Amino acid sequence: MSARAVPPARDPIRPHPAAAVEIEFEGRTYRGVLGQSIAGILLANNVIDWRTTSSNHAPRGLFCGIGVCFDCVVAVDGVPDIRACQRRARGGEHVERQHFSLPSTSQER
Amino acid sequence: MADVDVLIVGAGPAGLAAATSARRVGATVRVLEAFDESGGQFWRHLPATRPAGNEPRLHHQWQRYQQFRSAVDADPALTLDVGAHVWAIEHRDDAVRVNVVCGDVDGTGRRRESVTANSLILATGAHDRALPVPGWTLPGVVTAGAAQAMAKGERIAIGDRVVIAGAGPFLFPVTESLRLAGSTVVGVYEAAGFRRLARHWLARPWELRSATTKMTELAGYFGTHLRGRIPYRPGWGVVAINGTDRVESATVARLDEQWRPVAGTERTVQCDAVCLGHGFTPRLELAIAAGCGLSRDRFVTVDDGQRTSVPSVFAAGEITGIGGVDLALAEGEIAGWVAAGGAPTDSQLVAAVRARAVFSRFARRIADAHRIGSGWTDWLEPSTMVCRCEEVDYGTLLAVRRDTESVGLRSLKLTTRAGLGLCQGRICGRSVECILATDGAGFADGASSDRRPIAAPIRLGELSRPPNFVDDDDQSTTTSERKSV
Repeated sequence: MSARAVPPARDPIRPHPAAAVEIEFEGRTYRGVLGQSIAGILLANNVIDWRTTSSNHAPRGLFCGIGVCFDCVVAVDGVPDIRACQRRARGGEHVERQHFSLPSTSQER
Repeated sequence: MADVDVLIVGAGPAGLAAATSARRVGATVRVLEAFDESGGQFWRHLPATRPAGNEPRLHHQWQRYQQFRSAVDADPALTLDVGAHVWAIEHRDDAVRVNVVCGDVDGTGRRRESVTANSLILATGAHDRALPVPGWTLPGVVTAGAAQAMAKGERIAIGDRVVIAGAGPFLFPVTESLRLAGSTVVGVYEAAGFRRLARHWLARPWELRSATTKMTELAGYFGTHLRGRIPYRPGWGVVAINGTDRVESATVARLDEQWRPVAGTERTVQCDAVCLGHGFTPRLELAIAAGCGLSRDRFVTVDDGQRTSVPSVFAAGEITGIGGVDLALAEGEIAGWVAAGGAPTDSQLVAAVRARAVFSRFARRIADAHRIGSGWTDWLEPSTMVCRCEEVDYGTLLAVRRDTESVGLRSLKLTTRAGLGLCQGRICGRSVECILATDGAGFADGASSDRRPIAAPIRLGELSRPPNFVDDDDQSTTTSERKSV
């Protein structure tokens, strides 16, 4: 285990029950709480990377958490370049890993 | 005729203080906030869909925020728009025009609006500065601010065993937030050495006495460290982060006065997350677009009434200097009052003017004690990513500088692509400048990575439509369909 949601029963702020939402990512359904961001729901389920970089094909996920770094961008319902840490889930979103390959030259092919 | 008397960008502590202060003078006020909740990063909180019995436990000066909220709710002459992204500021006919796009973050069919105001207050805040470290692109490495935003705003623990590294007193509240989220903080590594901390923090103790809120807060954090037996290591830093697809451990080492790692002191610490916070970068793009003058250390310069060098444009909070919430509140109150037609010498501002003096001395202390040391580049490897977006490594930056002998930042950026990616150099810009500026005297072209005329992303489809255009089908249309609109 690493990233996770704070278990409500052990949370010192005594959260009240909250509505559940579900999103889909890479063929799996992940459950979160209404008001969580897409990044928050993925992290709550210990999914910590959801983008692949263009040059090095390296995994990326949350970095700045406040909408500055754009490392966490995903495609939501077909629309690319959405910051997962800023977009709250309404439920039912189809989230896709964002990976744009670099164009290759004819020599490389 | 302007749309509103006082327009404020940013609804953090400075912006909220400015708004309520301007209202006391009788001005009409509108606040634009990009996030969908007010409060800024300091009061980052759970949304209304997630009520809790004791949320104040996560916050400092929460009551102050509640007062601001009630003031906003009760006042029809004070409008607060959330989800309002200011993407450009332009001068037209001697007036400042603020261009904003409102709606879902990074959405496709957001409403564009163009607002004019008699006075504009910029309270855009700052974001974490994280220095590049080998392995810092691994999932599980986040900024200190990200760990805190996730803990306070979402009740997410970023990891089980977390290493915190960087510089400055902000590392304390991050530690506290993580502990309250159930993480084990395995160590806090403060780059400034003990002697440097003592020299700046223990000097002029009479000044600290007047900053009581700060001292109480700091005392609380020391209590957290003692009770939780969390090691606090001044003069240490994370010099590498290890793992294949995620963080598995961090290499920590002692740092000298210039933050150079001391050979032979390296130790490996097992962890599943690392939080980096080497200070803060002010969010200057709107101030620069408005034409505001900057100081040598690149903050917005303001006078005693928080006026910038541009008539009728004011600045408050972290963009005038990193000083924390108390300074931001004082500056905001003064800015709002003066922007609405009051004078900085008015008796109503006595307390705020005094607080500003006290906490700006505090801010100087922080800047002196925790200033980034010039030796940090010693922990970089040639393969260490510096620009995360365009994946430009340290070796490439050095090679291009050597091979082109360029002394212009713009040409160096175009050749290396550093700072040209999605974040537009927000994360790497200042580090790239550090690495490429050979003599520390800046660049021959006078360029800086803080200038971003387009301050927030806007989709071409949104840009192509006139302001205030409303399309009922917005949420269902896709980007490709939008292009034909």
